[in-house]
Amino acid sequence: MSLTNETIKTRLIEKFGDQVSHFEEPYGLLTFEAPKEMNLKVMQFLYDDPELRFLFLTDLTAVNYPDKQGRELAVVYHLHNLADNIRIRFKVFTDINTPEIFTATQLYASANWMERETFDFFGVKFVGHPNLKRILNVDEMTYHPLLKQYPLEDQTRIDKDDAMFGR
Amino acid sequence: MSETISRQHIKLPEGSIEKTTTTLNLGPTHPATHGVFQNILELDGERIVNAEQTVGYIHRAFEKLAERRPLYQITTLTDRLNYCSSPINNMGWHLTCEKLLGVKTPKRVDYLRVIIMELSRISDHLICNSILGVDSGAFTGFLYVMQYRELIYEIYEEVCGSRLTTNMGRIGGFERNFTNTAFEKLEKFLKEYPDVLREFENLFTRNRIFMERTIGTGPISAERALNYGFTGPNLRAAGVDYDVRVHTPYSSYQDFDFEIPVGKTGDTYDRYLVRNQEMWQSLSIIEQAYKKVQEFKGAEAEVYHADAPEYYLPPKQDVYTKMEALIWHFKIVMGETEIPPGEVYHSVEGANGELGFYLISDGGRTPYRLHFRRPCFIYYQAFSEMTKGSMISDAILVMSSMNLIAGEMDA
Repeated sequence: MSLTNETIKTRLIEKFGDQVSHFEEPYGLLTFEAPKEMNLKVMQFLYDDPELRFLFLTDLTAVNYPDKQGRELAVVYHLHNLADNIRIRFKVFTDINTPEIFTATQLYASANWMERETFDFFGVKFVGHPNLKRILNVDEMTYHPLLKQYPLEDQTRIDKDDAMFGR
Repeated sequence: MSETISRQHIKLPEGSIEKTTTTLNLGPTHPATHGVFQNILELDGERIVNAEQTVGYIHRAFEKLAERRPLYQITTLTDRLNYCSSPINNMGWHLTCEKLLGVKTPKRVDYLRVIIMELSRISDHLICNSILGVDSGAFTGFLYVMQYRELIYEIYEEVCGSRLTTNMGRIGGFERNFTNTAFEKLEKFLKEYPDVLREFENLFTRNRIFMERTIGTGPISAERALNYGFTGPNLRAAGVDYDVRVHTPYSSYQDFDFEIPVGKTGDTYDRYLVRNQEMWQSLSIIEQAYKKVQEFKGAEAEVYHADAPEYYLPPKQDVYTKMEALIWHFKIVMGETEIPPGEVYHSVEGANGELGFYLISDGGRTPYRLHFRRPCFIYYQAFSEMTKGSMISDAILVMSSMNLIAGEMDA
């Protein structure tokens, strides 16, 4: 348990200067942000560095913030150092018109399906992904359903006559 | 391709066959897949050259639905992830909410939760291992242990009223105290189950046919398993002692004394052994927890939820008769309670791996975004690497030993 949030932060700032930013610790989990061109460099550093060794990709997903101009999509990585048992959260923001981000599949094989899922639901294009196609939704779908611009069906609608489901 | 041709034993006359490999759809509704999975196998004779998985047949858009539901209505969604051990999912979700809301649970609640979570781990492993037996041709074990899963379900029923999709508990604890019948059934389980498990092990562990079918089938190295994001028994079978219960204890798991069983080769047999060992460990945890629960005396022995009226749904009879309870009930149901904005990731050791909840709240009545880290969605992608070069019948065993649950994978 030698590694602490403080050490990780210092090491990252030493290496990347002010390109890594927005350091926070919500509920004790170190969270930071990097420009989207840098995502692979930062992850490679976190993976290779003999002190940090974030060898385990716990989770990869995206969040849509339609109100943030130019930062509509956040791709969120949760990394875990199993030896020192410390987790970090790493975010990359991108605008929705050019949602292109480098893939992490070369580092983590587990990123393959998680990136496909993120592409499926948010339309984030992972550059260099070996097989970037829809995974949970049907191939014919033309939109990315978890974006906030697609609301769920209005529960009070009455125009639907569905004998089977009683509405 | 030249390699595939050279492995063919039968010399076919020139030009009699155009393709050297056959494509076979295993699933989506094949009885041996125990769920809705499709595997498109490329076969050379009976040997798998390549496998491509298709998932998503029962995708129900939980993450989108969760964006419109208040916290309590999401519990029912978590039931349907890994439906073989729904209480773990329910409690994982409640623990996530408690982390976000800052609710502290009393020790007795933690211990009761541990009892239920370990019971569901046993029932999940029981299904997985006995189905592995069925797939390798041994039906007896499966039928024999089923009645003990039934007993576990009866305990659930006594605690929350339902059996499979339990919707158990509340933020801060349980909806009611455990009845005496629940404890009696638990005692019965603790008394009878060790013999059953021993008998089950007698049927399989040193069974010649079972061993020959499973040893060396679908192995994965520790390094590859980590790279593929394996968690839970599958990762431990490969030799990595990672267990969320020990690494980041939740619900007072630090108070218990237990071991993390690990395997060596990560093959089907090791996965089977790790699961069996984990059932013994779970049994010992339940015994310890039950002992701790019995030690509470007086008013403490009646505690079954945290004192958090703003998040804990009050009992129904109070709602009808007491003003304060009615107000809290109204506020919780209508989404008028204060939910702090924030981002939280919380994970529990689900029966098949690390089940994580990534919850972003913007202070509204529903989550802004909720993401489930479903363990089997992540490790299923290793399936083609694990089965490459093996026989079809081995692929079936690998699949059932990985404990894939369609409901969890497709969310």
